[in-house]
Amino acid sequence: MVDRDPERCIECQVCVNQCSFDVHYYDAEDDEVRSHEENCVGCHRCAVFCPTQALTIRRNPLDYRENYNWRPEAIEDVIKQAETGGVLLTGMGNDKGYRIYWDHLVLNASQVTNPSIDPLREPMELTTWLGRKPDRVELAPDSIDLKTELSPQVKLEIPVMFSAMSYGAVSLNVHESLARAATEAGTLWNTGEGGLHPRLYQYGANTIVQVASGRFGVHPEYLNIARAVEIKIGQGAKPGIGGHLPGEKVSREVSLTRMIPQGTDALSPAPHHDIYSIEDLAQLIYALKEATNYQKPILVKIAAVHNSAAIASGMVRAGADIIVLDGLRGSTGAAPKIIRDNVGIPIELALASVDSRLRQEGIRNQASVVIAGGIRTSGDVTKAIALGADAVYIATSALIALGCHVCQQCHTGKCAWGICTTDPALTKRVNPEIGARRLTNLLHSWSLEIKDMLGGMGINAVESLRGNRLHLRAVGLTDTELEILGVKMAGS
Amino acid sequence: MYNINQVNNPHHDDKLIEACSLFGMMDTTGRRFSGRDIVRAIANMHVRGNGLGGGFAVYGLYPEYDDAYAFHVMYLSQEGRVNTEAFLKQKFYLLHAEDVPTQPIPAIVNPPSVWRYFLEADSQKCDGQSPDDYVVDRVMEINASIKDAFVFSSGKNMAVFKGVGYPEDIASYFCLTQYEGYLWVAHGRFPTNTPGWWGGAHPFNILDWTVVHNGEISSYGINQRRLEEFGYPCTMHTDTEVIAYAVDLLMRKHHLPVEIMAKVLAPPFWSNIERRPPDEQNLLRTLRQVYGSLMLNGPFTTVIAHHGEMIGFTDRIRLRPLTVGVKGSMLYLSSEEAAIRLICPDLDRAWIPMGGEPIVGRLGRSNIQC
Repeated sequence: MVDRDPERCIECQVCVNQCSFDVHYYDAEDDEVRSHEENCVGCHRCAVFCPTQALTIRRNPLDYRENYNWRPEAIEDVIKQAETGGVLLTGMGNDKGYRIYWDHLVLNASQVTNPSIDPLREPMELTTWLGRKPDRVELAPDSIDLKTELSPQVKLEIPVMFSAMSYGAVSLNVHESLARAATEAGTLWNTGEGGLHPRLYQYGANTIVQVASGRFGVHPEYLNIARAVEIKIGQGAKPGIGGHLPGEKVSREVSLTRMIPQGTDALSPAPHHDIYSIEDLAQLIYALKEATNYQKPILVKIAAVHNSAAIASGMVRAGADIIVLDGLRGSTGAAPKIIRDNVGIPIELALASVDSRLRQEGIRNQASVVIAGGIRTSGDVTKAIALGADAVYIATSALIALGCHVCQQCHTGKCAWGICTTDPALTKRVNPEIGARRLTNLLHSWSLEIKDMLGGMGINAVESLRGNRLHLRAVGLTDTELEILGVKMAGS
Repeated sequence: MYNINQVNNPHHDDKLIEACSLFGMMDTTGRRFSGRDIVRAIANMHVRGNGLGGGFAVYGLYPEYDDAYAFHVMYLSQEGRVNTEAFLKQKFYLLHAEDVPTQPIPAIVNPPSVWRYFLEADSQKCDGQSPDDYVVDRVMEINASIKDAFVFSSGKNMAVFKGVGYPEDIASYFCLTQYEGYLWVAHGRFPTNTPGWWGGAHPFNILDWTVVHNGEISSYGINQRRLEEFGYPCTMHTDTEVIAYAVDLLMRKHHLPVEIMAKVLAPPFWSNIERRPPDEQNLLRTLRQVYGSLMLNGPFTTVIAHHGEMIGFTDRIRLRPLTVGVKGSMLYLSSEEAAIRLICPDLDRAWIPMGGEPIVGRLGRSNIQC
């Protein structure tokens, strides 16, 4: 609901120009700015830009009769489907009240028996190397000459990377912001499944290129320019289904990058049609390794689902150097609402069970584990590392840094913040220079905070926290949850 | 209801927290000397312990049985001894068995009985395993499954004497001034709980490897999980156990030299690695990449010994003390310099090594490597 304070409004029409959902309009006859409040999505673009702070966006108090089962969302979804006969689409990640385990985990700190380490005064290392590692180092006999040669490793200055968001779903300016920030912060960004615009090849050393079921924009130069290649099997926001970029978003530039005709829908199939089994995955992994001359680690990304642990073990054995788990709360540019809200499992549980399983099988060192889906703060990152992750991917937090207000309208292509759209009038709202700076700032703040938490635990290198679940305790979880997380109850 | 004094970790803590004093001395010519000096040195650091654990390791102790595994076993009951002896007779050739001589003193209360056995294992007994692996497995078996029995030490020509009490009291109790060895290690313990289980005192031993340790390892949780992947269940919940297994894995199973082992446990910072020549950089980087989960993080000083070698180092930023003293062929490692000066006032050199820098004393090499 839009509250406009007539005392403050100067009829400048900034709100009219900024709103991409046609909420505000200027009535020339009355010389007054008015609202179509039913269109408002709550993105706050107008309120942020109003020079006189005349606008307040509030929840509409008009409510249905109270009913725990038939809440407004359920009623409205049925009405929409009765009108359209279609699948309801939505954007962002699962917004339902599934338990967020990060909020039930707390970290440890040193007191008396060992000193906490002050990161302002002592070195504190976040450097992380992703990639397959052997179980032992071999030296030439009677010498210290190294015999072991590692397969390709990727160095991260901070164990936080930018998750896959495709060009077409988000704008080129967003891609450029991510690419520049990753380069500056010493981490990686991910192209998503829509190819890489040639203008961004210069950031290849910090780029993960994705190969998804649609194979959009995949060609030898694309693979070889990258630091690593990711095979996308699934996405946390929509496990089990493919992607759909509507033709309206396939502009000329997007069509060139995706290598599809302009204006056509870009449909990625639900499965890879050359992967119907684990041995097929091995073939694709090795096809990509051959194509890149064994110079790049291969990531395989799956949505976190019931059998993630067994699947992850198979992926490692199939040759994946890095496995990526994308959880229930992972975001999307567009997904069927019913899938986003009902399919998949929370990332914390998937991570804990995958890490435990790989250790039981003695193959944890053979692949790095990266998680994605709903990471909000450096606290979440630190807990994820303690649970067993080598690094995390962030996407929504990165977009918030670029202006996103999480209004969940990504699928409309009308993003008022110019992020999840290809409309040139809107995309110019993201300035890559400023965007890169804001993203770099975000990573810098998180790295300071992670160092503080590490130092508090008496640890000065991130690898000593990785999988170190003794530094976690749980509050308010059941015995079964504790067992799966491998974490003790606080106080025990 | 179990007796809190007879079990390790009665409160099921993540791990046992403790601090302590440690002292090591070695004659690199191999000359054997009595325990008189080391007892004086460790007693000089009395206040670093709280009387809940003291112990000694002695190398070159049993030249008459130098090729037999010398088992020192602690018993809390007669039944434990009967079962263990039956087990040992079945699994090994028993050359000799005797009660370890003791001198009762008022400070030592309720001691368990301690026996020593000299054992041999040939290929027939070992059933395809190497004798060392076979011995490790049997020690684990006794500790895990025979009630009221715990193996203090299992190496050749060496032994561990330890228990609940101040180290100087333990020394009197076990009459240590009457023994001779070329390498001695001592430890005085300050645990924050566990009223004291004799098996929980240091040194911690497996085969001829002993570890004493001062500190609290903040990386314990991941070190333990990584070692479990290699088949080392960490049942004692002590940092020392983790160090001992890591050393066994890196040196005995992965054949890394002692200096490289130290670089795994206390690696240089990335910024230091980047300043080294390319080959060394590559080696150090690979070690950290592969063995990152075995890095010991948090405050510690450790002295690790096996036949012919003693090594001491601290954590990467030296949060616990270590002083080195050298006099002729003698190498001293101590928590405090005063303890060294007490028994050897005219040292050639005394210094404090850099964080993570290993100090190695090796038999037959007169100059101490550092």
